[in-house]
Amino acid sequence: MSMTMSEKILARASNNKKVEAGEIVMADIDTAMVHDLTGPLTLQALDQINTDKVWDPEKIVIPFDHQVPADTLDAAANHQMLRKFVKEQGIENFYDVYEGVCHQVLPEKGHVLPGTVVVGSDSHTCTHGALGAFSTGIGSTDMAMVFATGQLWFKIPETLQFQINGELKENVTSKDVILNIIGQIGQDGARYKACEYAGETVEKMDMSDRMVLSNMAIECGGKTGLIAADRVTQNYLNGRTNKVYTPVTTDPDAPSLEVMDIDVSDLEPQVACPNYVDNVKPASEVEDVEVDQVFIGSCTNGRLKDLQQAAKVLKGKKIKKGVRTLVIPASRTIYKQALDQGLMDIFIDAGALICNPCCGPCLGGHVGLIGDGEVSLSTSNRNFKGRQGSPEGKVYLSSPIVAAESAITGHITAPEKN
Amino acid sequence: MEKIIEGRVLKLGDDIDTDSILPGRYLTLSEPEDLGKHVMEGYDLNYKDKIQEGDVIVAGSNFGCGSSREHAPIALKAAGIQAVVAKSFARIFYRNATNIGLALVEAPEGPDEINEEDIVELNLEEGTLKNETQDKEYTTTKLPEFMFEILENDGLINYLNKTRFE
Repeated sequence: MSMTMSEKILARASNNKKVEAGEIVMADIDTAMVHDLTGPLTLQALDQINTDKVWDPEKIVIPFDHQVPADTLDAAANHQMLRKFVKEQGIENFYDVYEGVCHQVLPEKGHVLPGTVVVGSDSHTCTHGALGAFSTGIGSTDMAMVFATGQLWFKIPETLQFQINGELKENVTSKDVILNIIGQIGQDGARYKACEYAGETVEKMDMSDRMVLSNMAIECGGKTGLIAADRVTQNYLNGRTNKVYTPVTTDPDAPSLEVMDIDVSDLEPQVACPNYVDNVKPASEVEDVEVDQVFIGSCTNGRLKDLQQAAKVLKGKKIKKGVRTLVIPASRTIYKQALDQGLMDIFIDAGALICNPCCGPCLGGHVGLIGDGEVSLSTSNRNFKGRQGSPEGKVYLSSPIVAAESAITGHITAPEKN
Repeated sequence: MEKIIEGRVLKLGDDIDTDSILPGRYLTLSEPEDLGKHVMEGYDLNYKDKIQEGDVIVAGSNFGCGSSREHAPIALKAAGIQAVVAKSFARIFYRNATNIGLALVEAPEGPDEINEEDIVELNLEEGTLKNETQDKEYTTTKLPEFMFEILENDGLINYLNKTRFE
């Protein structure tokens, strides 16, 4: 009866005692999320289904974050359509243009619980696996099925567990760990598998660091990015939810489990180079790359701890003239905390531009697009060709520490060694 | 959906991602014809001019990696692409394409040898890929039964209406 975390969660959700990798099951959904960009197609699909009511308005969460505030008539019309739907269906968990990035808002507001099944029509929904949920990205038509029935079919994935051990050096973060892992296994190295992060390094990480690992599971093709719930998870959930939850753990002898050992004690700060997220090099090897724009934010690295790390580097310093530096807190709560802690003063004094909580340049939507030949250094999760604007532009990915160092020098810069 | 598809090949490499297929700046659009106008713009601003109605994309591994945006397969279909053959597909894209009725065929062998503008024939039911230009045939992986059922019902919505909401 040995099973992995994802098998245990999907067995419970599909009312089975046991499930095996490869099997297809129909599972009950605990939380379903759409945002302003993928919501409209979901509603169009839902319109074609012969039912008028969503299965359970309490289990649906709708944050607006990608195109906020509305910058075009199309975006405004989409927002209107979703607000009307929210009202008609009695959806209480609606977060309008001011609240923040979906993958921050959902955990922050207590919508993600260990042992549950969470789906979102956004590929980085795997972020919520950091709380021990089976959480995965789906499309809009799949989401229409969820809205109508509360269920969705899943192929039970095999699990690729990363046993991460060793103490991280100063200025080396969980972003460097996950970039390094993706560099090692490639951008389809975990295709169709559940990624699971374990080991003493992960156990010591706080929730902010853990979410970075889980967030980027999709970048190596993973279906979700699980971390077993523990005391850190319990502490994070304290005050955010009163609901009862049942955490699960992976049995070490589960048949569909594959383990990869990673030692991070010698790891240096990493950078993913254009145009592939697995084109990963130590930051010190790409220091000759000059940058036009630096972006600190996104569902990967827009949390308070990320802003604190960037502010520590930028305190009392000036950003190099000509380097546009955008700081975007991942949520309104984080924005307020950063203000209270004086971080925003540091960013403004250094010469950065602070934007409202949103996805920003990450998806090349409405803020901070780059032009032909321009270089962006970003703390987000994707450097696909054309991701942040022109297909002739280039995107590098790094931690907030490397991003802040680079904003000062104007070229990619590894933090000084101790 | 037709079970036998014939078309001219447009060739692409590995890791063709959803930002290449339909960039983020067009995600406020919902109508297929609007999305089709911007297909592949993240990859090449003028790629659309190469596409003729009924073309088949033949690509390497991990096609459709990245975003959950269903706008990407909708744009390909609306621009006239009949099917995509690749060595492998990213998970979410695979589901999305099936749900909206864009045929995907996973062919581990074949894509390397097939050239731009070759004519290919796909048999979805038999699981075969014929290169008519080069007179070669390959075996393709078959869809899981459940997905085939969705395609046979012309997509997930019809399947649901028939099985749950009739």
